[in-house]
Amino acid sequence: MNWSRKWINPVLDKEFRLRMRTPRAMLSVMLYILALGFIAMGFIYMTMYLNNNNGGTQQFNSGMSQMMFYVLSFSQLLMIAFMAPALTAGVISSEREKQTLSMLLTTQQSSMTIILSKLLSSLSFMALIVIATLPVYSIVFLYGGISPRQIISLFLFYLFIMLLLGSLGVMFSTIFKRTIISIIVTYSVGIFIFLITGLLYLFLSSMWQQIYSGAITPPSFSWVGFILGLNPAGAMLSLFEPEISKSVFHMNGSSMNTDAPIQLWVEFALVYTVVIIGSLWISIRSIRPVRRRKKHKIMSQEKIMEPSDNIIN
Amino acid sequence: MIEISNLSKRYGNFDALKDINLTISKGTVFGFVGPNGAGKSTTMSILATLVLPSSGTARVGGYEVTEYPKEVRKKIGYMPDFFGVYDQLKTIEYLHFYGASYNIPRSEREKLIPQLLDLVNLSDKSDSYVDSLSRGMKQRLCLARCLVHDPEVLILDEPASGLDPRARIEMREILKELKLMGKTIIISSHILPELAEMVDEIGVIEHGVMVAQGKVSDIQNRLRVKKILHIRTMERQEELTAFLRDEAFVSGVLSDNTGVHVHFSGGEEEQASLLQQMISLGYPVLSFNEAQTNLEDVFLEITKGGLGQ
Ligand SMILES: Nc1ncnc2c1ncn2[C@@H]1O[C@H](COP(=O)(O)OP(=O)(O)O)[C@@H](O)[C@H]1O
Ligand SMILES: [Mg+2]
Repeated sequence: MNWSRKWINPVLDKEFRLRMRTPRAMLSVMLYILALGFIAMGFIYMTMYLNNNNGGTQQFNSGMSQMMFYVLSFSQLLMIAFMAPALTAGVISSEREKQTLSMLLTTQQSSMTIILSKLLSSLSFMALIVIATLPVYSIVFLYGGISPRQIISLFLFYLFIMLLLGSLGVMFSTIFKRTIISIIVTYSVGIFIFLITGLLYLFLSSMWQQIYSGAITPPSFSWVGFILGLNPAGAMLSLFEPEISKSVFHMNGSSMNTDAPIQLWVEFALVYTVVIIGSLWISIRSIRPVRRRKKHKIMSQEKIMEPSDNIIN
Repeated sequence: MIEISNLSKRYGNFDALKDINLTISKGTVFGFVGPNGAGKSTTMSILATLVLPSSGTARVGGYEVTEYPKEVRKKIGYMPDFFGVYDQLKTIEYLHFYGASYNIPRSEREKLIPQLLDLVNLSDKSDSYVDSLSRGMKQRLCLARCLVHDPEVLILDEPASGLDPRARIEMREILKELKLMGKTIIISSHILPELAEMVDEIGVIEHGVMVAQGKVSDIQNRLRVKKILHIRTMERQEELTAFLRDEAFVSGVLSDNTGVHVHFSGGEEEQASLLQQMISLGYPVLSFNEAQTNLEDVFLEITKGGLGQ
């Protein structure tokens, strides 16, 4: 077990123990999978039985299984959006509220270790939950239409979303003294990322189309596409269907053969990587109030002292 | 070991600490006294690298707390006034966690932790969940936690607050052992009267200002805390009371059914001559003794009057 001692620092070890010891952990895994399972079952039921009336027995074919894959993927995206803030927006502030933080901060663990371990333990737990939903996706595999590659990229995308919301949650948990405020702010930012960016895109693109609806030569390029690249749903869609990116940047159908300036999911990854790094940096900076200052001065004094010591000897 | 100079801390417009100066040498047990809100916890948090001072410096073992926080943390064991525990951990895991957080290798921790549990009398609780421990036990566990990296300095913020008398006595016994181990200890308020015999020096802080500081006996003298003499006679108590009222060095006399209580500001010679006079005047004195003034009286004397809540 040498590897675990090397890689699992005490904070991470403690976080794993604390989290997995509560019955709540297993309960949330179960509820989550059940919820996604119900969505899958509901979809199958609706397509196979409710659509029956307009043309005999409907078979569940590969086209429908692809449809179901999309439904599952978007549902899961939403579920992650709800879960990630709840799991991360209290990691620091709850220690502050339970009055264990000051003792943790007087140990030798660096601010970076504390913040990253807290984040990593939440991420591991969420990853466990999301991976546990793989059996639900097996229905999709059964009927074909989806490649393993798509599943893998989807799960990597989920991981990125969890990292994003998790970093924001950890940051607000560090900045705000109270967990409840941190949770509210994290959800608000989550709503902005998931909902407001999408609505903004819809609003601006319809404006764009109205402005140029009468024009003889509408501009072939529309910057409005960049806004959809900030939306997780848009980014995820472009992951499944790369053509989407082209169509959002070129709204008049004539120039569909020009490439998109950037794939939506690439834009999404780039922009939010900056957000993630920024959030983590702020968290690490603000968890401890005491910073090192003026160290170089004292170091140089010590250096001056050393030679004279040697002379005396 | 600890040098605080011109330390100030402002919260907005409020001065929590004003120009505190304090030096505590190695091996000293320093009692930090003061009413609620005086600034004890603030001072201790600054020493524990948890709060940034507004101005001034604080050094622990030669390291300035804001410049070398990591080195300072290595040297101190800090027990906050209010603390929580990780409920889902067992006592032994709790200590392993903090030990590991101080980068103590597992093999060393395995030897060390049983000793610590023994020191704080929790050996039989090592496999219990921390949740199930009583408040006094949690307090002792927290003390063991402070000691896990063998720090030279202990900063204990009201370690006995909220404890019942028995738990306080247990805490005091442990602190005595720590003193024998040569630790430098700063300990604040409440338990102080009980600690009188083990505290070497005290500092009295009020409204963020150090009002008195030094050896316990020096402070007692400086404040000229009056002696209280307790005298019992077989008869003629009222007559004696009247006589005592007119004596020099007597500032107050109170007579009740346990005897006469005299506030006396004279030294030992004056005290002896008072007794001689009483005898020569024929009062049938049964007992004549000096009620002990303790640290609590000192504390009350210093802080009487203008206390903010
Ligand atoms: N974070 C803070 N913000 C504002 N005021 C504070 C803060 N911490 C402490 N204080 C104030 O500083 C004063 C000193 O507090 P403290 O050091 O806790 O006193 P003590 O420990 O002696 O009871 C109190 O009046 C308190 O209200
Ligand atoms: Mg206090």
